[in-house]
Amino acid sequence: MFKIIESQMVVPNMHLLVVEAPAVARQMNPGQFVILRSEEDGERIPLSVSDWDAKAGTVTVVFLNVGHSTSTLASLESGMNIPSVVGPLGNPTEIDKFGTVLCLGGCYGIGSLYPIARALKEKGNKIVTVIEARSSFLFYWEDRLREVSDQLFHITRDGTKGSRGHVSRLPEIIKAWGQSVDRMIINGCTFLLKRGSDVSRSMGIKTVVSLNPIMIDGTGMCGVCRVTVAEATKFACVDGPDFDGHEVDWAELLQRRKQYVAEESVSFRTSRCEEHARRP
Amino acid sequence: MPKQAPEVRRRNFDEVALGYLAETAVQEAKRCLGCKKPKCVLGCPVEIDIPGFIQSIAQRDFVAGVRILKEKNCLPAVCGRVCPQEEQCEEICVLVKKGGQIAIGRLERFLADWEAGQGEPEMPQISAPTGRKVAVIGGGPAGLTVAGDLIKLGHHVTIFEALHKMGGVLVYGIPEFRLPKAIVQREIDYLKKMGVELVTDFVVGKTRTVDSLLEEYHAIFVGSGAGLPWFMNIPGENLNGVYSANEYLTRMNLMKGFQFPQFPTPIKDHSRVAVIGGGNVAMDCARTALRLGAEARIIYRRSRQELPARLEEIENAEEEGVIFDFLTLPIRYMGDENGWVRKIECLRMKLGEPDASGRRRPVPIEGSEFILPMDAVICAIGNSPNPLIAATTPGLEVGKRGNIVADEETGRTSKERVWAGGDVVTGAATVIQAMGAGRKAARSIHEYLSGL
Ligand SMILES: Cc1cc2nc3c(=O)[nH]c(=O)nc-3n(C[C@H](O)[C@H](O)[C@H](O)COP(=O)(O)OP(=O)(O)OC[C@H]3O[C@@H](n4cnc5c(N)ncnc54)[C@H](O)[C@@H]3O)c2cc1C
Ligand SMILES: Cc1cc2nc3c(=O)[nH]c(=O)nc-3n(C[C@H](O)[C@H](O)[C@H](O)COP(=O)(O)OP(=O)(O)OC[C@H]3O[C@@H](n4cnc5c(N)ncnc54)[C@H](O)[C@@H]3O)c2cc1C
Ligand code: SF4
Ligand code: SF4
Ligand code: FES
Repeated sequence: MFKIIESQMVVPNMHLLVVEAPAVARQMNPGQFVILRSEEDGERIPLSVSDWDAKAGTVTVVFLNVGHSTSTLASLESGMNIPSVVGPLGNPTEIDKFGTVLCLGGCYGIGSLYPIARALKEKGNKIVTVIEARSSFLFYWEDRLREVSDQLFHITRDGTKGSRGHVSRLPEIIKAWGQSVDRMIINGCTFLLKRGSDVSRSMGIKTVVSLNPIMIDGTGMCGVCRVTVAEATKFACVDGPDFDGHEVDWAELLQRRKQYVAEESVSFRTSRCEEHARRP
Repeated sequence: MPKQAPEVRRRNFDEVALGYLAETAVQEAKRCLGCKKPKCVLGCPVEIDIPGFIQSIAQRDFVAGVRILKEKNCLPAVCGRVCPQEEQCEEICVLVKKGGQIAIGRLERFLADWEAGQGEPEMPQISAPTGRKVAVIGGGPAGLTVAGDLIKLGHHVTIFEALHKMGGVLVYGIPEFRLPKAIVQREIDYLKKMGVELVTDFVVGKTRTVDSLLEEYHAIFVGSGAGLPWFMNIPGENLNGVYSANEYLTRMNLMKGFQFPQFPTPIKDHSRVAVIGGGNVAMDCARTALRLGAEARIIYRRSRQELPARLEEIENAEEEGVIFDFLTLPIRYMGDENGWVRKIECLRMKLGEPDASGRRRPVPIEGSEFILPMDAVICAIGNSPNPLIAATTPGLEVGKRGNIVADEETGRTSKERVWAGGDVVTGAATVIQAMGAGRKAARSIHEYLSGL
């Protein structure tokens, strides 16, 4: 059993959970994920790790409440126990001295980007962080991100903070900033990953995305997480979750993620992630 | 053996074979000749004293029979059900040609089930603690056997399992109607009672590496089983509705998808399901799909004679109404505008010259393409070994196919203090072979620990 230390809603429909899992916390690196189960016989829920404390033995996740399992998870209170926390799974994000790194995050990716930006900063990179949301009230952890970034930009679809619009505003932002970008890292929903990669391709910036296909075991057993990258089949849980955003077969991934939508009551969705795809 | 009638069982997940009543078991046991040099024992990978336990049944001393069984086999209720007995112990019983071989597996199952009906199992003798610690990686049949053997010898044993339940393929692969999960759980509870420490949700290589475990444990056994499923690399394989057998069966068994929405892991409602392959795994998938109300068919590139699945399971599948397309090879999957598989294009095959395996090789018949409408495909053509341990353990020799290299007699690997066995060494095999490998490794580990 794993004890919940903290449970709170950080912005509407986005929850933060701090859970005690010392063995997992000890081995954690930026870009890795865990699989949680909120109840006995519950679904296995893969979640990127937004922070951890090896000394206290805790792991922090931020997640969007999209369906049955995530809402069960969101309803848990501190002091309660959950039956599973498995990890750290997947490969860590490549951390090296690249020069200037643009970290782009949206949705839960605003949280999971934080330890990546922090590690890259510690390595001596210049960090420019861009976070995007539907509206300004959906931003969180801005202070933390500011701490590890040389510059923090916002994009909101309604223009309530920073640039108005979508990730397609990225080239302007980079231009305004006036420095060249050596690498881009994107965390968040699949639509953001795809749109961000489209934009960076046109600018010739190497781009690493953290994929989130449907998973079950997360250990390379079931094959449901397969994605096509550079025309080869890869298993995101053991080969990823990070891949080159310019090599991912996005159409296939978006399709595969929709497999169980009809079965799941996709309730109270506030992110409207799919709008990235519809509106250029 | 009495079974549920096909038209009843094809609509439920209850066990198909109902088991012997005591009277039938005693009658069957009395046919055994109690051979002095019993051939049957040579066919059993864990060398059970077969005439011994059968004599006990004949004399109605079931307690003694159970004791004999458990001396060599810690999972008799499982093996009695899923062992391919017809190719092992029963195949070489001297009575094969004279009145028919003894139904050894069924008798084994009878005893194990009889014991379960008696309440608390009898605990074995456990030696005084030796102070030696062993870590077992993977809670499948190989790992469970190693743990059972070593705990009796007084060693401290911890099993680390990546999933949230112990049992390996026994819980996530083989369906309820062939191996009720309560039976596996009973065997695991028994190990726990003997003092084996069970740690679930722990991925060795990730949560902790083998090298880190070696600092705390005197010896390690790796029984991490099969992993990454193979696909055929034909167009359309990543369409929605194309599953690997592991995904399909895991959703159904481990996550109890067949009880959706009582349990939250969903499984799609399919009406026409094609299973590619001809082994036990393929039979299990087809029979599961059938029970969920689909029309289920097996697509196999050779003919019925070459099907690698157990005969009993093939017959069960046929009786239940699984359709077989022999000498058929899928070459392409076609989807609808939403990316769901809708059709399979296949080729008819004919049998040519024998290949390296001695089986006649299937060759395509030119121009024989045809299309089958389908709304789900399950790919059951095999797996590579689980990749995580090999990838994170320096000094561990790995073969061409990703399998861990281990000595056949002792299970020793190229790495000091590390043993391995089961599917991760041999590739997909059988429960009893994995147990046999576990037994040998346990013996070798014990020898090593005794010399410390
Ligand atoms: C490596 C990885 C990291 C992730 N990190 C985060 C994170 O940090 N925060 C966050 O909010 N979400 C994250 N996700 C997505 C998250 O796992 C799903 O949103 C969640 O499992 C949905 O569960 P549900 O039952 O509440 O929703 P459901 O109602 O089951 O499904 C809603 C939608 O979520 C997707 N989904 C469903 N099950 C899974 C699954 N097992 N794996 C992936 N996607 C699924 C499908 O597109 C589905 O249509 C991550 C996914 C992966 C694979
Ligand atoms: C559907 C199906 C039907 C079958 N039917 C039959 C049959 O009728 N008769 C028969 O004899 N055989 C059958 N088999 C084959 C048989 O089940 C296997 O040969 C046997 O289970 C192998 O045992 P194992 O202990 O080596 O591995 P497994 O049973 O695969 O167990 C390995 C365990 O290790 C865990 N693991 C993996 N990696 C790690 C890690 N890094 N850290 C911690 N844990 C890890 C896995 O989660 C798993 O629980 C069938 C197999 C399948 C899939
Ligand atoms: S374990 Fe399997 S091979 Fe051995 S006697 Fe029992 S059924 Fe036969
Ligand atoms: S070979 Fe057959 S008859 Fe002889 S002991 Fe074994 S089961 Fe009995
Ligand atoms: S989640 Fe099962 S193989 Fe990746």
